[in-house]
Amino acid sequence: MHLSPDEIIFWQHGYFKLNATIVFTWMLMFVLAVGSKLVTRKLSTGLKRSRWQNLLEIIVTAINRQISEVGLRRPEKYLGFLGSLFLFVASASVFTIVPGYEPPTGSLSTTAALAICVFVAVPLFGIKDRGLGGYLKAYLKPTFIMLPFNIIGELSRTLALAVRLFGNMMSGTMILAILLTVTPFVFPVVMSAFGLLTGMVQAYIFFVLATVYIAAATHTHSLPPEDGAGAAPETKTEAKPGK
Amino acid sequence: MLIDWFTVGAQVLNFLILAWLLKRFLYQPILDAIDAREKRIAKELADADAKRTEARKELDEFQRRIKAFDLQRSELLGNVIDEANAERQRLLDDVRQSVDALAAKRREALRSEQRILNEALRSRAREEVFAIARKTLADLASISLEERIGEVLIRRLRGLDAAAKASMGEALSRASGPVLVRSAFDLPDAQRAAIRNALNESFSADVKVRFETAPDLVSGIELATDSQKLTWNIADYLSSLEESVGKFLKDADNPETIAALKPEAEKSEPQAKTL
Repeated sequence: MHLSPDEIIFWQHGYFKLNATIVFTWMLMFVLAVGSKLVTRKLSTGLKRSRWQNLLEIIVTAINRQISEVGLRRPEKYLGFLGSLFLFVASASVFTIVPGYEPPTGSLSTTAALAICVFVAVPLFGIKDRGLGGYLKAYLKPTFIMLPFNIIGELSRTLALAVRLFGNMMSGTMILAILLTVTPFVFPVVMSAFGLLTGMVQAYIFFVLATVYIAAATHTHSLPPEDGAGAAPETKTEAKPGK
Repeated sequence: MLIDWFTVGAQVLNFLILAWLLKRFLYQPILDAIDAREKRIAKELADADAKRTEARKELDEFQRRIKAFDLQRSELLGNVIDEANAERQRLLDDVRQSVDALAAKRREALRSEQRILNEALRSRAREEVFAIARKTLADLASISLEERIGEVLIRRLRGLDAAAKASMGEALSRASGPVLVRSAFDLPDAQRAAIRNALNESFSADVKVRFETAPDLVSGIELATDSQKLTWNIADYLSSLEESVGKFLKDADNPETIAALKPEAEKSEPQAKTL
């Protein structure tokens, strides 16, 4: 038994290696990219459209709405990064129903990579939106005394992101493997279904937390016009250091 | 070691490639399609609004036209009714005038007929009366009617009261010419002599007499001076008869008079039969 798909190595040449994490990631990328390409090859702009197009439209508009609900003014700017986070994590859990599949998110290397991406993306979006000075000043708020705590918070939340996702995904796979040895019938199916649910919840949590971090960094928190009817035009969302 | 840094680096790269791929093949096309659809729907809604506005405008225009048509129709209808009434009045007047003219014509014809009938009746009555009188006188005496008439004149001359006689005498004395005796027929000489005598005797003078025939007296005799006149003729009786007959004919037009007369006629018939 292995804790991480990193340990399943298909090919290795010195420092370079092809483990299950990378291979299954490529598989997911292939399915997502080719599936999207196939569906969006002939998109309809009329009132009648295919079921697949409907599905993708629902997913994309739901992610878009979610981003704007968190408080980002122009969600399309962040859709590429945040949407890909959600879709990658979600599809990684959904494919656990395929026998022999190991979710890449069950590897701490993958979750760390995703957390690093978020860790880098947050200041990039923040500087792009508010400028370098504006972004750096946020670390001195409410007073300069808070500077170390802000830096610690920044690092710790990245670590928390990586470990939370890894822990959840790995534990699901582990529990399933253990249960298969103890009670090979029925119960693992239930746990597998439960694992799907927790996987989706984790994908949502990872996505929403990344969105909240970016929103906190950019400080452009007004709600979009369609949702702003009953809400205040400016809503400040404080970044949560971690969960 | 749970973290393999090579794998971490590879996964970062993989994730960035995935993000680019999805942006390229998923988000952008889907968002573009949604935008295009929204624009299309907005355009269709705008078109629908424009069409609705246009339709409303046309509806207003049609309603205005319908109102105008109604107004025009009622005006025309009013005019036609007025014209028809005027025409009806004119026709009625024409008919009334025609009826009046016809009635007047009929009345005139009736009057004319009545006149002709009156004339015929009068003429016939005269003839009849004259014939009856003549017959009666002939039956009653042996002398002719003219003689009898002459005798009547003589008797009247002699029967004049004193005042009349004086007045007559005075007139005779004042007369420039002879006394004129007019009769319907030529008087025989004996009759003429008797009249002369009677005049001479009555006024104790030699009265000059001139005899003249006057058919309009019908049957009678007239003695005339410049200012006095002594007369007897059937024309007076005939005038009276004519008057009576005329009155009867006039009343004959009245149905009540006819109704009143009928029973009398019916009553008289059986009497005539019994005689």
